[in-house]
Amino acid sequence: MPTPESISRTTDLPDTEYKWGFTTEIDTELAPKGIDESIVKLISNKKGEPQWMLDWRLRAFRHWEKINKDHKEPTWAKVNYPPIDYQDIYYYAAPKSMTNSPKSLDDVDPEMIATFEKLGIPIHEREKLAGVAVDAIFDSVSVANTLDDQLKDMGIIFCSFNDAVKNHPDLIKKYLGSVVPYSDNFFASLNSAVFSDGSFAYIPPGVRCPIELMTYFRINTEGSGQFERTLIIADKGAYVSYLEGCTAPFRKTSQLHAAVVELVALDDSEIKYSTVQNWFPGTKEGEGGVYNFVTKRGKASKNSKISWTQVETGSAITWKYPSVILQGDNSVGEFYSVALANNYQQADTGTKMIHIGKNTKSTVVSKGISAGKGQNTYRGQIKIMPTADGAMNHTQCDSLLIGDKCGAHTVPYIEVKNSSARLEHEASTSKVSADQLFYLMSRGLSEEEANHMIITGWSKDVIKELPFEFSLEATQLLKVSLEGAVG
Amino acid sequence: MLNVKNLKVKVADNNELILNGIDLSVKKGEIHAIMGPNGSGKSTFANVLAGKPDYEIVEGEIYFLSNLINELLPDERSHMGLFLAFQYPSEIPGVRSFQMLKASIDAKKEYYKEKKLSVREFAKLYDSKVKEMGMDIELTKRSLNFGFSGGEKKKNEILQLSILDPTLAILDETDSGLDVDALRTVADGVNAMRSVERSFIIVTHYQRILNYIVPDFVHVLVDGKIVKSGTKDLAIDIENNGYEKIISELGS
Repeated sequence: MPTPESISRTTDLPDTEYKWGFTTEIDTELAPKGIDESIVKLISNKKGEPQWMLDWRLRAFRHWEKINKDHKEPTWAKVNYPPIDYQDIYYYAAPKSMTNSPKSLDDVDPEMIATFEKLGIPIHEREKLAGVAVDAIFDSVSVANTLDDQLKDMGIIFCSFNDAVKNHPDLIKKYLGSVVPYSDNFFASLNSAVFSDGSFAYIPPGVRCPIELMTYFRINTEGSGQFERTLIIADKGAYVSYLEGCTAPFRKTSQLHAAVVELVALDDSEIKYSTVQNWFPGTKEGEGGVYNFVTKRGKASKNSKISWTQVETGSAITWKYPSVILQGDNSVGEFYSVALANNYQQADTGTKMIHIGKNTKSTVVSKGISAGKGQNTYRGQIKIMPTADGAMNHTQCDSLLIGDKCGAHTVPYIEVKNSSARLEHEASTSKVSADQLFYLMSRGLSEEEANHMIITGWSKDVIKELPFEFSLEATQLLKVSLEGAVG
Repeated sequence: MLNVKNLKVKVADNNELILNGIDLSVKKGEIHAIMGPNGSGKSTFANVLAGKPDYEIVEGEIYFLSNLINELLPDERSHMGLFLAFQYPSEIPGVRSFQMLKASIDAKKEYYKEKKLSVREFAKLYDSKVKEMGMDIELTKRSLNFGFSGGEKKKNEILQLSILDPTLAILDETDSGLDVDALRTVADGVNAMRSVERSFIIVTHYQRILNYIVPDFVHVLVDGKIVKSGTKDLAIDIENNGYEKIISELGS
């Protein structure tokens, strides 16, 4: 439950600082803090899951327990944070009104609907015209899903992960963990054990999903971890564009977010996955904020394409490397990223492109913006396996520094085991120059507008990859996130 | 229009004066040329008028349209109708000239609480000016000044001048690095904008541009001071005899 203190702090803040920092007063059901097998069982039970799902969770939990005992939380990233007490986190928080899951939007707590309205998320019927189908996830529980009959008729499945476990067990059994196994890494194992919900999408063979599918994530409860899972499958020759957005209230304590996203692109299909991540970044003094430890990976079959685009403006710490396993011949992987670290934010983000199939191609465009005391690291791995004849990679890695107390770091790992591969790596570091600022100001732009224009122009190669409405939001976010950082 | 009184200027962290007491009065519709040898402070003067933050005014006043503008920011001066065509226009990756100029016009309209132009209205204005300047439309689709040749950058400055429609335009060595054809295009652009309501200050090292844009007054700047003023004949004198003659006359 939100404390009165946190609510008053929220309203004290000027609008522009982090306008998504409000909390919502709704009854929340919490499991006791901490994690053990009984909590895993409780979560599974709350979800009404079949035995096979619980068994998978327990295998994941036992694996995580083992690596946790050996202190195997990854430490190689260039981020600093106090040790996380994994027994001091709520692993299950759900809006009470969701206990019996709602049949329609009318059954959803109006407070919650209001929250999403405030965030500008179209979950009402009338806003279906906006051309997106939305799955809204509130404290790890799917609260509203708008998928119209037209899509259903096409055979497209877009629902909460929980519903998919019940209604599409064959697909889940076949693909869950097929790209990110539960043993993949510390945070992926933890997620596999305790994930509470998430989104699931399946596009049948040859179907081009005509609208954007969107999931909106909102953390509300203080001290709760957020562990959602997303699984997207594009069957042979299918196409889907998927968006995710994330916000969280203003909290002085840090919140853990450890999600897993798996993309399966079967032969000749395409998945475009766009993220605008705006979790609460912490205060200007570096208190609170979301720890965003996320594992995102896609597996691309023959002639398929997976494209990740991310604009990361939020979170106190970002640890995330959306990757593509280019397994099939002629498959394509893309990664476009703008990551911003202002005040005390730390971002360690990048990608992995694993080339296995012949003539596989990958493109990496990473733009890191550092301001205040922010630390921004690009960490990327390009791996060309012996089988990947004719593989190609182009990596472009640019850093922009604002002020003199921030840092930009680039850590590329390149591993080539096939001599026919072609790789290019470009990197640059620049500052917003006083001359550029004066030039634009002499044309009538205020210092803030001038800065914003320079920064969004510099990020354009990535922003233009986003769907239109999302690109506007991303541009606005960059502006708000850098307010006060310059000058 | 512009009244500069005893202007003394230094770079922020250096005590040496770059401008050492400049007096200049520019009336409506006049064209003034500021000439001088390298390092005389010509470009500094142009930049100080536009409000470049690297410089500090130690003494003196700048009045523009009867307002003291010493402390005004570059964007406020722009809104008032002052324009500087840069000697070295900055490259801004990812920003197109159309986008920048639309933002400029919007900012000015907002400043005067006027209705903004729609994208369509602005596009019409922009396209007609691009055509007038005889600029390659492809160029305007590229990032601002990015990969432009010297001549293209200068033409682009004059395009901005014609769209922003200022009351006082300062051209900082706009002629440098231009071949004859480009110089003529730039001069035609400026001449087309001459009016009784608009004044120009043309900062230049060479007399050449003044063959195309005929000034009402010519001032010679040496060591941060205007040492001689006259008409176009002064510029021709400089062309023939160099700055040395004027400087040596000073000594006597």
